[in-house]
Amino acid sequence: MSTALRVLWLQSGGCGGCSMSLLNAESPDLYATLELAGIELLWHPSLSEASNGEFIDLLGRICRGEQTLDALCLEGSVMRGPNGSGRFHMLAGTGRPMMHWIEELCGHARYTLAIGTCAAFGGIPMAGDNPGEACGLQYDGDRIGGLLSGDWRSPGGLPVINVAGCPTHPGWVTDTLAQLAMGELPASELDAFNRPRSYTNHLVHHGCTRNEFYEFKASAEQASDQGCMMEHLGCLGTQAHADCNRRPWNGEGSCIRGGYACINCTAPAFEEPGHPFTETPKIAGIPIGLPTDMPKAWFVALASLSKAATPQRLRDNAVADHIVVPPTAHGRKGHKR
Amino acid sequence: MNAANGTRRLLGPFNRVEGDLEVQIETLDGRVEAAWVNSPLYRGFEQILAGKDPRDALTIAPRICGICSVSQSVAAAQALAQAQGTAMAANGRIATNLILACENLADHLSHFYLFFMPDFARAGYAGRTWHAEAVERFAAQRGSASADMLPARAEFLHLTGILAGKWPHTLALQPGGTTRAVEPRERIRLLAIVRGLRRFLEHRLFGDALEAVVALDSATALDAWAQAHADSDFARFLRIADDLALHHLGRASDRFLSYGAYTIDDAKGRVFAAGIWQDGLSALQPDAITEDISHSWLHAQRTPKHPYDGSTLPDADAADGYSWCKAPRYAGEVVEVGALARQVVDGHALIRELVATSGGNVRNRVVARLLELARVLPVMERWVQALRPGDAFCEHGKLPDEAQGMGLVEAARGSLGHWLRIRNGRILNYQIVAPTTWNFSPRDENDVPGALEQALVGTAVDDGGDTVAIQHIVRSFDPCMVCTVH
Repeated sequence: MSTALRVLWLQSGGCGGCSMSLLNAESPDLYATLELAGIELLWHPSLSEASNGEFIDLLGRICRGEQTLDALCLEGSVMRGPNGSGRFHMLAGTGRPMMHWIEELCGHARYTLAIGTCAAFGGIPMAGDNPGEACGLQYDGDRIGGLLSGDWRSPGGLPVINVAGCPTHPGWVTDTLAQLAMGELPASELDAFNRPRSYTNHLVHHGCTRNEFYEFKASAEQASDQGCMMEHLGCLGTQAHADCNRRPWNGEGSCIRGGYACINCTAPAFEEPGHPFTETPKIAGIPIGLPTDMPKAWFVALASLSKAATPQRLRDNAVADHIVVPPTAHGRKGHKR
Repeated sequence: MNAANGTRRLLGPFNRVEGDLEVQIETLDGRVEAAWVNSPLYRGFEQILAGKDPRDALTIAPRICGICSVSQSVAAAQALAQAQGTAMAANGRIATNLILACENLADHLSHFYLFFMPDFARAGYAGRTWHAEAVERFAAQRGSASADMLPARAEFLHLTGILAGKWPHTLALQPGGTTRAVEPRERIRLLAIVRGLRRFLEHRLFGDALEAVVALDSATALDAWAQAHADSDFARFLRIADDLALHHLGRASDRFLSYGAYTIDDAKGRVFAAGIWQDGLSALQPDAITEDISHSWLHAQRTPKHPYDGSTLPDADAADGYSWCKAPRYAGEVVEVGALARQVVDGHALIRELVATSGGNVRNRVVARLLELARVLPVMERWVQALRPGDAFCEHGKLPDEAQGMGLVEAARGSLGHWLRIRNGRILNYQIVAPTTWNFSPRDENDVPGALEQALVGTAVDDGGDTVAIQHIVRSFDPCMVCTVH
């Protein structure tokens, strides 16, 4: 095996949830996954021994070119406030705004990864009036250009790799790092928002366990109902780019499997949907927002047709929190049992 | 900051705490004379929440923190439930307790194995009899314990996969219960998951039945137990603690607060009792909580305020400010929160004796945390068996246009409160006081230092820059800095 991919992981204006999610890696566990993929953590805020001066020395060695850095992972938004000063996050022990550290280190890392939607696009800290003047590494919400300009490329030739999600799935992170370690992440493997196609070529809708309710537009009306959550409860699974229902979370979970709406957390500006997160916006009673790539006229026509054809079983189960009408069992000759 | 005579040193960043932390110490004759704790990150969640639809708090508040995410959700859901007068479905209450307990126990494991113990593998301890074993077992990333603990923790969190969709950041926790009813086969699976962690705890952490650990009722009993179960991670810690006299390290004010943990029902209260402990128990009075900003980089509040009336507006140039953290006080006094506070308030005999003998300190904080793992897991087994598939998991209510509500929760690292006021159907004010806001508070208007600032005073530090004792003290609180300021 060639030399390991050396990773430095930093946190700024985030919640640490992507690191916590990373610890949920399984089969094998996180440390084994990294070791087997040839990934070496130079330093991680939750996992490394080095603290205080030992860590600041490491940053100095990287900035002086004495320590090779293959991948810089930033978790959390870049905090530019107040008034562009960066004082909302001074890196402890250094008296220097974190955003200046990040900018300098990006110039020394062969690749830079934004871990989570905060680092990618700004994320939750940008909600409301964005009091912290938060932004992403190379995006400011859905506009290209954040801390780094839109045409910035890392020494390895890639833009910031946006492993977006709130939080990120552990597999999205370890797969992307493994692709880099194997030299198998060309620019063509990134989507329009520079997210790895390995998980954003899918929609959350794919593998949704509520697919039969979706097909017949049998809708959930309130939290804990089993029906499709697109019509009333704000679910964006048909528009969200991620493989959450093909590659479940924490064993067999996902937001939708947990009984609540997909809020499209891998997308820029998801934090301000313009309506309450768990309520579908409607015009004259008709939900706005269409499944991805679906022509509107066809969707409306198909929806009204399938609504007319909804089996009673789905109508009843959609507004219950458990199966009240099981599927009819048929014998070999089609007789009901 | 007031000047004094000793040598000032700036310490940070402290890793293996959640978030960023800076501590300034002043030393004289090799001991800490005074300390100033700075939470150096401000994001502004209270500003973000103002003006929103109150239900959006369920999406936004958990994202304050990736390690206390469920605690934040439960506090927000409780505040909304109080505001709208919704009672929880019985299944929903049990599921809420299970999800919260799962996060809290997983956090206790992360703290012990990933954050706290690796410091004993440091080269600076190479002369100690236990050092080789500490390196083999607890060294950061390389120690054998992480290969045992990480899979056990990840499998335990499968409980959240079933009941809450995922961890962290779920929307399953609602004012009236949870969004995810379980089927009979999932109830069986949940029991297997909980018992899976019991096996890890009994084989690795304790080397003994959980019930036997819970039954330890005195320091003498604990010593005897540690002798008899020497090949357990708990006993390894106790040996190190003895050798380094960790019970003399990191004592704060010895005044403890707990909101009480895991709601049984409105009549019966909580599994772990609420209260204030200082040489005796007194009842919790939430009205006695105030926040002071005299040493914070904040403005627009002249005097300490109850959180319902508080505000959070940043001012990086505030005179006397040295942290983004506020100074919460209970009846004007500094209190310590966390597992030790919970267990001393609840009255566990061992913890009461340890606190009576040596107060709040590095060893006792860790003992209480591990004890809590043994106490909570059997309760989780009973909760799973009490789930009734087919019965409701979520009640529904409607938010009034004008209301207020508070949510008081125990996160792994201590007491978390949300105070919500609604006007015209929107959030008028949302104030959050997190566990580490209490523990890592700056000085207040009377110049009284916060709990960690007090705990650091008197600590021996050498001039060579070795700060490992300070790191033990800091980490013994299991701080969460992203919650602290939010």
